[in-house]
Amino acid sequence: MEAIILQILNGLDKGSAYALIALGLTLIFGTLGVVNFAHGALFMIGAFCAVTLSRILTASYTVIDESQTDFLGNPLKVDMPYVHDWFGQATGDAIIDWAVPLSILFAIPVMMLIGVIMERGLIKHFYNRPHADQILVTFGLAIVLQEVIKYYYGANPIPTPAPEAFDGSFDFGAMLGFDPNMIIYPYWRIIYFVFAAIIIGGVFAFLQFTTFGMVVRAGMADRDTVKLLGINIDRRFTIMFGLAAAVAGLAGVMYTPINSPNYHMGMDFLVLSFVVVVVGGMGSLPGAVLAGFLLGILESFASMGAVLEILPGLNQIIIYLVAIIILLTRPRGLMGRKGVMED
Amino acid sequence: MLGLGKKDFTLLLIVAVMTLLAPLLLNPFPESSGLAQFNAGYPDLMQRFVIFGIFAIGFNILFGLTGYLSFGHAAFLGVGSYGAMWMMKLVSLNVIPAIIMAIIVAGIFSLAVGYISLRRSGIYFSILTLAFAQMSYALAYSVLTPLTGGETGLQIKSSDTPLFSNVADGDIGRANLFGMDMRASHEVAMGDWLFTFNAGYYIAGVVMLIAFYLSIRIFRSPFGTMLRAVKSNQTRMYYTGLNARPYTLAAFVISGMYAGLAGGLLVAMDTQVGPERMFWTASGEVVLMTILGGAGTLIGPVLGSGAIKYMENILSKINKDILHEWFAFLPAGLDDFIVAIVYPFVGKGWHLTLGLIFMGVVIFLPGGLVQGGQKIGGLFRRKKASDNDSDKSTQSTPAE
Repeated sequence: MEAIILQILNGLDKGSAYALIALGLTLIFGTLGVVNFAHGALFMIGAFCAVTLSRILTASYTVIDESQTDFLGNPLKVDMPYVHDWFGQATGDAIIDWAVPLSILFAIPVMMLIGVIMERGLIKHFYNRPHADQILVTFGLAIVLQEVIKYYYGANPIPTPAPEAFDGSFDFGAMLGFDPNMIIYPYWRIIYFVFAAIIIGGVFAFLQFTTFGMVVRAGMADRDTVKLLGINIDRRFTIMFGLAAAVAGLAGVMYTPINSPNYHMGMDFLVLSFVVVVVGGMGSLPGAVLAGFLLGILESFASMGAVLEILPGLNQIIIYLVAIIILLTRPRGLMGRKGVMED
Repeated sequence: MLGLGKKDFTLLLIVAVMTLLAPLLLNPFPESSGLAQFNAGYPDLMQRFVIFGIFAIGFNILFGLTGYLSFGHAAFLGVGSYGAMWMMKLVSLNVIPAIIMAIIVAGIFSLAVGYISLRRSGIYFSILTLAFAQMSYALAYSVLTPLTGGETGLQIKSSDTPLFSNVADGDIGRANLFGMDMRASHEVAMGDWLFTFNAGYYIAGVVMLIAFYLSIRIFRSPFGTMLRAVKSNQTRMYYTGLNARPYTLAAFVISGMYAGLAGGLLVAMDTQVGPERMFWTASGEVVLMTILGGAGTLIGPVLGSGAIKYMENILSKINKDILHEWFAFLPAGLDDFIVAIVYPFVGKGWHLTLGLIFMGVVIFLPGGLVQGGQKIGGLFRRKKASDNDSDKSTQSTPAE
């Protein structure tokens, strides 16, 4: 029982990342009908937004501190972050400590902008080309983005810790009446899950309860009719692309404390997210979210010791295996609409 | 001749001459000159040119003709490599049985994968093949370690005693062709030029010519026409009473066997194999090669693989010092500026150049480099309108 709960919890944070990326992919596919292979790169850029902000915040100048000396007796050189000057010592340290959550505010406009530029500058010209061309050009774009990041930030992972307040782990076992220390779960992963849930809820609420969202949904159902009604649906779809980019970026920002960002993290997630989208059903938003969590949890179950004893290596292939079975038995995916991309 | 039309035969002849003279053609710069680093005429790289050429030619039979975009072709290359490796470890160090084994193993594996994947088309097909390839990679990396050597891969060790080859105790066996070492090279120095004629390269080159010839025959055969019909309109094909599945499956298996052949040759040239050969980026690379050169054309994939392998090996060697040397003639300050601009695109950043070129090709030249060449050729031809013999035969226009 403890083991099962633990595995479900472990699956949640990876599942959250899958769900967020898959949500963005599905948004883009559902609105624009474009298969975006550069979505993983957007996730990665989001993560590097966090890196960038924490670098900006820790930007410092060197002062010679007369009160301290090194072992030779010379005055010590101390790096003074500029934020200390502006906000004082304590607040400054707190700001640096909270760099990752603060990056959310930084990442949203940046990612929206990148998304809009991408759509207007490149993807726009590929609406009428075959899916294969869309895959190829976005694949090329992903390589380019990845290499640009690699050039500026290097090839090594950059550790970006969470605020100190979230350092510890939460003891779920004690709360549920099991032995203490049986089911412990890092605070940051809980935060990640809650954050993902809020974002997903927010996107759904936005689509469901605002006029803008209503128009977008109408456009997803029948683009031409909406156009004939005199609504500039293209502009709304561009904004949706920016939104999808922001969702991927935020997933990346919050993922940095879990996994130090490196330039190819996007590609690693992309392949899996595509599988998630296909399992959930092309174009189905709830399907993408459901499949994301489902596959995340399945993956963590498959990596249990007891399972691996019976079927070694299952954890490595479970997601692909599920995808193959789903595609062959139910091609429209778990929650896909009938007739959408079923061939 | 050889069952080919005049144009095709000329093309084959040109490719054959280029392949045979590659050690000369790829070494245009004297050893002592600063440009010697652009020489690509060393055996290792030339072998890669032709082997990945074979890989791309095979991929093109599937993608160029039927339009099915497989994102997992490297799995067949990897499986073929493992097959060839075991053949060398257990049976004989002769490369011929190893290569035959590679083709057979890859063929069987691609038959299984193709049978399942081809139930779907479009993006689903891409994802299915990708899933199979990633599964093979993950399994080769972990569970199948006894068979694949896991992370370290397989090499020929001194403890390997192939059945039909005599290896002295403690010696590490070397791949050979009836006693001729794959690594045997004949070096010819002509003045300041040094040309290396390598046995392995010529064997791989001859194999590539055969593979190229077969692909021309497939392109021109009724079977090839059928595959183009699959690409242009599958529904209409069904209505005429033809089932597309056997044709696409045959194309899939053929291209899988080409990949296996390439994998076997890779092992024959350099007796080692690791699971990273099956990673999905390797599959992406062959897609890049084919598109870059021109999908659906005969010569395109060969050009594309040559271009990418050249960039990978030559462009990546350029570092800051070399750039400074080149731009030293510029006024001080300006040269630093130019170097700073150029540097991200070369050396370790060569992937950036590759990505940009690839995007450019997909956006502006969907027909790849071949189409680019034809456009440039078209500009010249327009001037002499009397020459109305349009040179279209090297390209089979993708049926859209």
